[in-house]
Amino acid sequence: MMRNIKIKGLLAAAIAFTTMTNGSQAATEEGLKTPERNEYSSTGVFGKFDHASIQRGLQVYIEVCSACHSLDLVAFRTLEDVGYSEDEVKAIAIEYEYTELDEDGEETFRTGIPADYFPAPFANDNQAKASNNGALPPDFSTIVKAREHLSFLPWNSVYGEDYIVALMTGYEDEVPADAPEGFVLSPGTYYNHYFSGNAIAMAPPLFDDMVSYADGTPATVHQMAYDVANFLAWASDPTMQERKELGLRVMLFMIVFVILLYFTNKRVWAKVKKGEDIDPSKL
Amino acid sequence: MASRKFEPTNPTVKWVEDRLPILGLIYSSVGGGYDTPRNLNYWWNFGSLAGFMLVVQIVTGIVLVMHYVPDINLAFDSVQHIRRDVNYGWLMQSIHANGASMFFIVVYIHILRGFYFGSYKSPREILWFLGIIIYLLMMATGFMGYVLPWGQMSFWGATVITNFFSAFDFIPFIGDGLVEWLWGGFAVDQPTLNRFFSLHYLLPFVLVGVVILHIWALHIPGSTNPLGIDANGPYDKVPFHPYYTAKDAFGLGVFVIFFAAFVFYIPDFLGHPDNYIKADRLKTPAHIVPEWYYLPFYAILRAIPDKLLGIVAMFASILILFAMPWLDGSRIRSMRFRPLSQIFFWIFVINGLFLGYLGSISPDDILWFGFEAIVYAQISTLYYFAYFLVVMPVVSRMETTLPVPTSIAASVLEANKKG
Repeated sequence: MMRNIKIKGLLAAAIAFTTMTNGSQAATEEGLKTPERNEYSSTGVFGKFDHASIQRGLQVYIEVCSACHSLDLVAFRTLEDVGYSEDEVKAIAIEYEYTELDEDGEETFRTGIPADYFPAPFANDNQAKASNNGALPPDFSTIVKAREHLSFLPWNSVYGEDYIVALMTGYEDEVPADAPEGFVLSPGTYYNHYFSGNAIAMAPPLFDDMVSYADGTPATVHQMAYDVANFLAWASDPTMQERKELGLRVMLFMIVFVILLYFTNKRVWAKVKKGEDIDPSKL
Repeated sequence: MASRKFEPTNPTVKWVEDRLPILGLIYSSVGGGYDTPRNLNYWWNFGSLAGFMLVVQIVTGIVLVMHYVPDINLAFDSVQHIRRDVNYGWLMQSIHANGASMFFIVVYIHILRGFYFGSYKSPREILWFLGIIIYLLMMATGFMGYVLPWGQMSFWGATVITNFFSAFDFIPFIGDGLVEWLWGGFAVDQPTLNRFFSLHYLLPFVLVGVVILHIWALHIPGSTNPLGIDANGPYDKVPFHPYYTAKDAFGLGVFVIFFAAFVFYIPDFLGHPDNYIKADRLKTPAHIVPEWYYLPFYAILRAIPDKLLGIVAMFASILILFAMPWLDGSRIRSMRFRPLSQIFFWIFVINGLFLGYLGSISPDDILWFGFEAIVYAQISTLYYFAYFLVVMPVVSRMETTLPVPTSIAASVLEANKKG
């Protein structure tokens, strides 16, 4: 047993070392498209969360994605940050049921409260895989930050939002003409232009008018994908707006302060810089 | 200017000073009692910036430890908890994560300033050695810190880097169990995380100790200066305070703006998206890339096809710095008066950046003229070592140098005459 673990550990290490020293994956993968860019109110120095879109995205998450994808790190209480009132948050939480053991060790059920976290759809990874053709649906808590960052420009910082929109809209019913040469779709997978390897185990999750938005926005696949991307961007980085707002104040303060320091320094050095203190006869 | 002593007039301060002369120590280290060449340029700001970054990292680190949990099942979530729930936790985490990169940026510039102006030359050899030790400690501390969030890159980076030591398995008795000894088990696991956490907390304080020695060693001969000549003349020096406190404060302000741009607007620019995925020992990331500050050395490692030799080359690329005081045989410190050395120095800098780029891509990526990246990495590695082993010893002893001013004060007057 011990020996087995040891061999496995060394093997994993050896594989990792080889990947690192000989890294064999090409920089650009054949058949893989670059996600198209969308506009988000959260990008840029003055970026703000789009509460309406995030709320629609939450609806899509609850009604569609949450059947398979957990959101372990998001508590209902934090939804107040995206425009819900305390009562609305309570109403969202109460829809969920949690199992507990009471004093007698008996299983009891209670409804959710704002302090609860979104419950996971599966008991563990094994159950999740068993229910999904062997593929593990990733947790969504940090998903937007965990995908390739498409722009780092401070005035247009985008993480994985565009990737999510592209993935949701990038399905093909049949293997398209621009697929990699000799591409064969293995059973239980679906062709997607934006997924590494082009074969994804997740069936197309969104269809037009799958949800009906309370605000009357037409629920096209693209619209739902965009709203989910906004929701998940918030879920991955809920302090984004606070961060940028504080950043602006820090920057403005520092710029003024640095100007003062510049003139202070200039004043301190004024005489010495010109060598006015030097007596040339003593050199 | 003669060195001034701290002579308090306030009776209470004097009472303390007579019993513990700590204020006098500060005064003569970074106050009016430390005389500094009057002609230091802005490249000399980076020493104090490095000191500032060490303090920032220790302060933010101590706060983060109050909320972080070094458990393989909880570490990732505890970092997220810091970012989400702890008051200003996101700020502390962002400052600490980006601060590591800032520390390295500042230290790299500080080291290269030493290269250019001959700060490693006599009588500052030990000062230089202490600097290299600081740098090595920083590398170790940075690496272990990157493991703590227990993301995919944390885990796999730790696996790969600790595995370097399996190259020494030919050494009898020690070599075979070395990697397992480092891990505390048969893979990177709970014991590894715990010991990395322990050492990541310890080493910064060791760093503080070596930094104090570094400053002590600095104060024996005093700072070098852009001219590289000794500051012995009557008007060659000015007191550290207020002249360099004012200048360092201005430099620090500019640096903080640069730092804040990362912290507030692009906090993940220098990180890797995979580290937002919880460590999974069954799933190897497509590319395992170390943090950017290790990339040039990583490129050197990969340039050499033999594992052991690659690792030897990687360590040698840093340890070779210890030999610089003797490899460079020039009478003149500053490259300002060594035109040929100057050219090779800038090629060395560009070569280092290029190695960093090569470290970030796959060795079999095809670059210019249809050659694989590894070929370029080999050429760059060759220049890296040739710079120390061939260029430096030969050029420093052969080149025709430019005339050097007689004193710092004279050069100040000269410069003013020219306007």
